[in-house]
Amino acid sequence: MRYVSRPVRKIDGMSLVTGKPLYTDDLAPKECLIVKALRSPYAYARIKNIDVSKAKMVKGVACVLTYKDVPKVRFTNAGQTYPEMSSYDRLILDEYVRYVGDEVALVAAANEKAAIQALKLIKVDYEVLTPVLDYKKAKDNPVIVHNYEDYHNNYDFQGQNNKRNIVVEGMDEHGDVEGEFSRSDVIVDHEYENLAQEQCMMETFRTYTYMDHNGRLCVVTSTQVPFHVRRILSRALQIPQSRIRVIKPRIGGGFGAKQTVVSEFYPAIITLKTGLPAKIIYTRKEAFSASNSRHQMCIRVKIGADFDGTIRAIELDTLSNQGAYGEHGTTTIGLSGHKSLPLYNQARAFRFKYTGVYTNTMPAGAFRGYGATQGLFALESAVNELAVKLGMDPTRLREKNMVRFGEIMPAYYNEKMTSSALDRCIYRGREMIQWDKKYPRTQISDTKVRAVGMAIAMQGSGIAKVDTAGAEIKLNDDGFYTLKIGATDMGTGCDTILTQIAAEALLADMDQFIVAQVDTDISPFDSGSYASATTYVTGMAVYNAACDLKNKIIFAGAKMLDPEKYTVPLEKFNPKKFFFDGANVTEVSSGKSVSIHDIAIHCAGNYTGTYLNGSGFYSSPTSPPPLMAGFVEIELDKETGKYEILDYVGVVDCGTVINTSLARVQTEGGIAQGIGLAMYEDVKYSDKGKMMTNSFMQYKIPSRVDVGKIRVAFESSYEPSGPYGAKSIGEIVVNTPSPAIADALRNAADINMRSLPITPEKVLAAIEEAKDNGEG
Amino acid sequence: MLIHIVINGEKRKIHCGPDDMLMEVLRDAGYKSVKCGCDTTNCGLCTVWLDDKPVLSCSVPAMRCNNRNVTTLEGVQEEAALIGSLLVDEGADQCGFCSPGLIMNIIAMKRELKDPTEEEILHYLAGNLCRCTGYMSQLRAVKKYMGVEE
Amino acid sequence: MFTAKDYAMPQSVEEAYEILTARKTNYIVAGCAWLRMGSRRINTAVDLSEVGLDFINDTGDAIEMGAMTSYRSVETSSLLQENFSGILSRAVASIIGIQFRNVVTVGGSVYSRFGFSDFLTPLMVLDTSVHMYKDGVLPLEEFMKMPYTKDILVKVSVKKAPVIASYQMFRNAEADFPIVNLALSKTDGRFKVAVGARPGRAVLAPETAGYLTRALEDFRNQKDPKALDENAAQAGKILGDEVGFGSNMRAAAWYREKIAKVLLKRAIREVEGC
Repeated sequence: MRYVSRPVRKIDGMSLVTGKPLYTDDLAPKECLIVKALRSPYAYARIKNIDVSKAKMVKGVACVLTYKDVPKVRFTNAGQTYPEMSSYDRLILDEYVRYVGDEVALVAAANEKAAIQALKLIKVDYEVLTPVLDYKKAKDNPVIVHNYEDYHNNYDFQGQNNKRNIVVEGMDEHGDVEGEFSRSDVIVDHEYENLAQEQCMMETFRTYTYMDHNGRLCVVTSTQVPFHVRRILSRALQIPQSRIRVIKPRIGGGFGAKQTVVSEFYPAIITLKTGLPAKIIYTRKEAFSASNSRHQMCIRVKIGADFDGTIRAIELDTLSNQGAYGEHGTTTIGLSGHKSLPLYNQARAFRFKYTGVYTNTMPAGAFRGYGATQGLFALESAVNELAVKLGMDPTRLREKNMVRFGEIMPAYYNEKMTSSALDRCIYRGREMIQWDKKYPRTQISDTKVRAVGMAIAMQGSGIAKVDTAGAEIKLNDDGFYTLKIGATDMGTGCDTILTQIAAEALLADMDQFIVAQVDTDISPFDSGSYASATTYVTGMAVYNAACDLKNKIIFAGAKMLDPEKYTVPLEKFNPKKFFFDGANVTEVSSGKSVSIHDIAIHCAGNYTGTYLNGSGFYSSPTSPPPLMAGFVEIELDKETGKYEILDYVGVVDCGTVINTSLARVQTEGGIAQGIGLAMYEDVKYSDKGKMMTNSFMQYKIPSRVDVGKIRVAFESSYEPSGPYGAKSIGEIVVNTPSPAIADALRNAADINMRSLPITPEKVLAAIEEAKDNGEG
Repeated sequence: MLIHIVINGEKRKIHCGPDDMLMEVLRDAGYKSVKCGCDTTNCGLCTVWLDDKPVLSCSVPAMRCNNRNVTTLEGVQEEAALIGSLLVDEGADQCGFCSPGLIMNIIAMKRELKDPTEEEILHYLAGNLCRCTGYMSQLRAVKKYMGVEE
Repeated sequence: MFTAKDYAMPQSVEEAYEILTARKTNYIVAGCAWLRMGSRRINTAVDLSEVGLDFINDTGDAIEMGAMTSYRSVETSSLLQENFSGILSRAVASIIGIQFRNVVTVGGSVYSRFGFSDFLTPLMVLDTSVHMYKDGVLPLEEFMKMPYTKDILVKVSVKKAPVIASYQMFRNAEADFPIVNLALSKTDGRFKVAVGARPGRAVLAPETAGYLTRALEDFRNQKDPKALDENAAQAGKILGDEVGFGSNMRAAAWYREKIAKVLLKRAIREVEGC
């Protein structure tokens, strides 16, 4: 292999680290109108009257819009393949505002100061309504968050009922659950809760828009889903998709936040109304409190097992806080069960119940892990508690019950496990952390104790039967290639990884490729970069495009070498008579060859030439799970409840590792985000529903002094359906820290930490409670 | 108001308001490497040097820079390429949005500290947040740059 | 963001004071780290950068820090590292990051008297005075209780003494605000205790200090570490009764009190050298 499984440098890396102007705001023209949104101070209110006359008089103000000025057609802003599974419950601006931060009006002005001044002069008369803030009380609450008739979903979801605040409700069952529970020697049954963790990509949401020479709306935006942006804008603005062009420049991170259309609507409607270029840059506060986040969930897990550790049945019951709007609501909740339960495939029965509810808090959306993270915190914690109850080493309990290669997984849509190195991941992780020596704990002093903990995880690789990707590679007249993809590099390095796949297949050098910027006018259709789909789904499309082009190059070479002999059309041509080494096409029988350079020149500049363009497509019928084991060693100060991570070990099976350094950094970064979820990232609302933790000052993501040491290793399997055997890596890596850290704390101090984040205050409270119980 | 700032060794006359912060003034003047990440003075993305000391340009009034020296990443391209190349080798560039501020602080550290320990490096760079990398790859690159790799 | 209509760079404290008091909405801008997070409407922003207040001086019997001295200078000053057990340097060293500490000033933070300050708590257990342009020299303890007045903080002065001191703080994340902090000093056998980030402003705990002064004399005569811990526990009880703790986003009152007692014990051990 020339490029696969190598630490290839990111092709845009040097431009990024030398600070070149490549991001949305760096590229926006100076004459853009600055767009600002007036946001609701109330969790739930109706706009009785809104007076913008004074705002319009501010010098420099070009446009002020309210709900009276926008199309009355509901849509979802979830960046999902059409027909989306999220409910159509939004308008660009609505008469009702449903959470603190919801958009009330838009101002566009020549400069920021004028826009801010105008915002202050908009007079709004609100009818303040009682909000529903507690998601545990939202179902059938007399307060209805979406109380109107044009609520719509493209699917007939069982249980969905906006008049009952239910986004989705249902059940999935296999085997004799109650029977297996009654036959179990031991039952573990507890609730686990996480908060609405914020994605916190360093570049907030931002977009600029302008009308092009053909009178079309051009949208330059920091997004993971350019084609979905085009389609969703088309519906929201009620203009044809053909009138919209979306361009994605370099992106300062996404983590799922930008799988939702957030900032795009506002400059777009301003540009449509005024004909002028417009720009919106979200403040950090807006990114925190007026966009989307992880779903807060409370998950009850019940496990029944025999004394020997055989798990008989698992029941998982998820309650998910959707917040004020339904984006990613019906789908995220599913992963809490479908991407946790299959890990314990030896269980004879399972039941997965789920309810997602609307509340008057910030909407939840997509965030790396997408429900699996929440499900795995709950299930892995419960399995660890079961291990304690059984007096069994939790790694042995996993080995006894976990899914194995080749098995059919009833909890995973009856898909087959076509590749797995989970057993090796656990084994390797145990060695690296020195589990046998350190489990469960070591007393360091009167007050300090060290302990280890662990968890396993899975995710998917793309959405089976839904995600699609196209790819094109053209040979240019100088013998270099242009790779065209619609998947979006958001810092993850997919432009590089996909080029590696193309270069491998075409036996070419990396620097023979350029990767075209994603532009919906030019790029092939791709559902976008989310659901851990890019390397796996788009990777296969690129591989297919490269194979297609290789055939065409050989065909063109054959015609040049012996036009008399090779007269059959391409479809009947047998490329096996030729040898292609990336530089030359050689006829095996004669040894005659022609260089790729000559083929390129010939095809571009001769009447017998042709357009050498390979195209490929992929959509997978399955979503092969990557797998992982996470191990942690902590040191706990029992006097204060404070603990630190001494060592975190993550061992991943992502199939073949395409880019070794980028996969490693994905893993280290995902683990750090998982550590944030587990230890630091606290979301607090006031009793009126205002988010208090709306800045990096109040909401602490881990700094480099907080994460401790993170070590990563790979145990590769070979996924037959993936490019060169690859599966995904983007999301799975965030899943193990919260259950593993909770486990380490349990092993350190015999406490069960079931609510995230696990702050020192909660730990100390649990230690004291355990002490009181012990004495009582 | 008109101020004179030496930016990256070049004398510039710049018009700014009494409440403009250095960060916006620099971006408006074309120094686009300077990024804003938080609005609350604690992410490190907007780090530039004021008279060779790393500062948060979001909380330095532009007026205060009158007749002083400001350095942005555009002004230290050679050193940026050096440390940058080590970061790219590790895959630590990722989304790149926090890179300019981080690299300005790394270069400042290189000028201030000799053979720092890992703890000293972490302490020096603690004010530079990153959400992509988990920091390990950055540390590997920085240790090489400082000549203190294991 | 604050707004300002004009910006002044006076060349002396006298001139700065004149501009500051010329209009009600004229205001001193120092590090701006906190100021920019509010929405104060300023007429003339008064910048003290060119007044010559960026210094750390040894006057023989005291160490003085000018109002425009940055936290980073406090952190790296060998004078401050070598005096007062180095607690002033150590107290500011973990605040956010170097870029932040290079802009935040001694004057700005002492004048503001924020509850979460890492700097004020250790200053309170030292012999600290605040030099105001108009109001003159005030002991820090008195200054802490005063309302905000329209005056210029010129410098902070800490009297040298044969002091052994300890600064202890507790944070969830390393770059976060402290949940609670505590400083302890011993000069000629006399203790002083201050507790900050309660979350309210730092206060002295004279009863706790008085108890320690009496009790630890006995301890020193016997040198029994067990007795030390017993004394620390008793001092913790007094501290809990004496100092009020509150709840906010970062921690509940009960937790702050618990942690303060642990910090007190650690400070006692450090000061007593065991």
